[in-house]
Amino acid sequence: MAEVSKGIAEKWGLVVDQDRCTGCNACVVACSMENNVPFTGEDNVAFGRGTYWIYNKRMWEGAYPEVAPAFQPVMCQQCGSAPCEPVCPTFAAVHSEEEQINLQIYNRCIGTRYCANNCPYHARQFNFQDPDIPEPMNSYLNPDVTIRRRGVMEKCTFCVQRIVAGRQTASAEDRPLRDGEVTPACVAACPSGALVFGDLSDPSSRVSQMAQNERQYKLMDELGTRPKVTYLKGGGRNGG
Amino acid sequence: MAAETKLFGKLKTTEQEHKDPKEQLMFDPRPREELNRMVMEMMTTTTRKFWLWAIGLGAGVVVLLFGAWGYMISTGMWVTGLRRPIYWGVFIVTFVFWIGISHAGTFVSAILRVFKSEFRRPFTRAAELMTTFGLAAGALYPLIHLGRVWVFYFMVPYPNARWLWPNFRSPLVWDLLAITTYLLSSTIYLYLPLVPDLAMARDRTTGIRHSAYKILALGWRGTEAEWFRLKKAIQIFAFAIIPVMFSVHTIVSWDFAVSQVAGWHSTIFGPYFIIGAILSGVSAVVTILYVLRSTLKHMDYFLRPEHFDALGKLILVFSMAWAYFFFNDYLLGWYGGEAAVRQILTAHATGPAAWVWYTMLICNIVIPWLTLWNRKIRRTPWLMFIITLLINVGMYLERYTIIPLTLGHQRTPFDWGIYTPRPIEISIVLGTFCLFTFLYLVMSRLIPLVPVWEVQEGQVAHTLRKVGKAEVPSVTELD
Repeated sequence: MAEVSKGIAEKWGLVVDQDRCTGCNACVVACSMENNVPFTGEDNVAFGRGTYWIYNKRMWEGAYPEVAPAFQPVMCQQCGSAPCEPVCPTFAAVHSEEEQINLQIYNRCIGTRYCANNCPYHARQFNFQDPDIPEPMNSYLNPDVTIRRRGVMEKCTFCVQRIVAGRQTASAEDRPLRDGEVTPACVAACPSGALVFGDLSDPSSRVSQMAQNERQYKLMDELGTRPKVTYLKGGGRNGG
Repeated sequence: MAAETKLFGKLKTTEQEHKDPKEQLMFDPRPREELNRMVMEMMTTTTRKFWLWAIGLGAGVVVLLFGAWGYMISTGMWVTGLRRPIYWGVFIVTFVFWIGISHAGTFVSAILRVFKSEFRRPFTRAAELMTTFGLAAGALYPLIHLGRVWVFYFMVPYPNARWLWPNFRSPLVWDLLAITTYLLSSTIYLYLPLVPDLAMARDRTTGIRHSAYKILALGWRGTEAEWFRLKKAIQIFAFAIIPVMFSVHTIVSWDFAVSQVAGWHSTIFGPYFIIGAILSGVSAVVTILYVLRSTLKHMDYFLRPEHFDALGKLILVFSMAWAYFFFNDYLLGWYGGEAAVRQILTAHATGPAAWVWYTMLICNIVIPWLTLWNRKIRRTPWLMFIITLLINVGMYLERYTIIPLTLGHQRTPFDWGIYTPRPIEISIVLGTFCLFTFLYLVMSRLIPLVPVWEVQEGQVAHTLRKVGKAEVPSVTELD
């Protein structure tokens, strides 16, 4: 669905600096803890059913013996023109007007998995099983995020609960939201500062500035999905 | 009613063609009462073998289909072989397969009726029944493949307190609407020509069968006015159902064509799917006719080598049309120049699952092209049975290539995957085959499978006329 704007200025975006990424996967862990992403177990992960809202693609650059690893963290690209949205028969995949991100309404989802097929980034995850959370483990759960039952799709929300909390704090203190005040879990956890989050509608925000960088590119830009995640990657082997 | 007379064939009768016109059903008439008796016997004769099959298939439906499906509902989709990035597997493959099968029933019946092809007469009903039950089996899959089937009604536009509609931009909602439309109209189209035959059965049965036929025959008496209206209704439906039929499989193809998936996003998919559906459907008609002919009493009188011959020609033509569209799909993919599409098409032919692709081509092209040219083969029912069965294997593999194999080979190599169906999925697929066969088997003893009145009408219209010294088969057009 195309972007709808009704006088709301927010347009959240993310910049991923691949030249800074060390592939430590801290973002994956932080995301799982923040969003109650189910741990599906070793066997399922090996089979290809591990659930990650953000995952790190490890690739190799160069030819042997001059090889170096390259990392590309991939999460939902929060497309402005998202392929997942129009194919959902029940409006479970929708565009939020306020934050300009794609959200998944879990209790509206009937599990056709069409959105997952149609997502060129493979960012959508399907709950093949009910989450298995034994007794003491339930205390790690984040009360701000729903637990998804089996049969529904889920995906990265840019930690929409943190965006809402940030907005509420700002409005309680009667001031506009400051740049950098809202950080999704992955951004907060990134030790090398490869991930930067902010409001793209504010041209002076750090994320807007970085998105202008000459190293910038969008994942599969040719598909016309208008992603809100910008990747930075230089030409050199150890960063440009 | 203008009575026009058409001459068949050449005046000079070649030895082979018209050596014995009695070989053709239309020139081998029997009295109406005799036909009625044969059809009634066909319907009421049940052997031990029949009951064994019925019980076996019934058990298959209960265990393989509903048992496995129930197990899947109670435990979750993890029992399937689906995994990232392949989220649609054999359920959708079989769904498309059944919808395709359901096509040709109507195709054979409605199109041949509209074009007044005389050979259609004895098997229109068998074909229509295949449509209805094929749809019944296929329509289960959109439910089976859901992650949360218990809330399937979210797809239905029903009134609710939150004023929520389904998303009419989603092809899945189009599917739902198209399939229900087709199921409804094809059932009516099956029922209309059935009414006079039900009345015939009503007059020749007693007890519970009599009461049931009495209700179903809607008080049919066979007056001129009734016939006039019935024929008008059939005519209207035959014309109206053709666009419905085309739209249904086009919409099924849109499930794929409107998506962004490389290898699915193709404008040729609409006609390509329709041709494939007709190819697999006409083949399935032949398969079923062979089974009917060899199991039902007196069926060898109604179904003759000429019918297999005529349908064999149709299959050959559609196999060629399918090959053309298949080639086109590749040609456009190559010409379009999108790297991802090229990779997928190459992977189909050279990847780890290339055997699927080659088996498909052998079954869909090589086998029909090599065999169906031959009149002798076309007129040998058991050979036609094997050939058409193989064509349907090929068509199943075509859908398999299009769905899981294409999904597993998308734009980013990091996300490539391989899908293997697991026992539960295979069980459910076999279960719907049992369901289809079971419904057909039961129905064959409940309704007259041969439209007696249509056969008789045709036999009355066909005569051997003397032109000079030669006897020429001819047909009188009745309307």
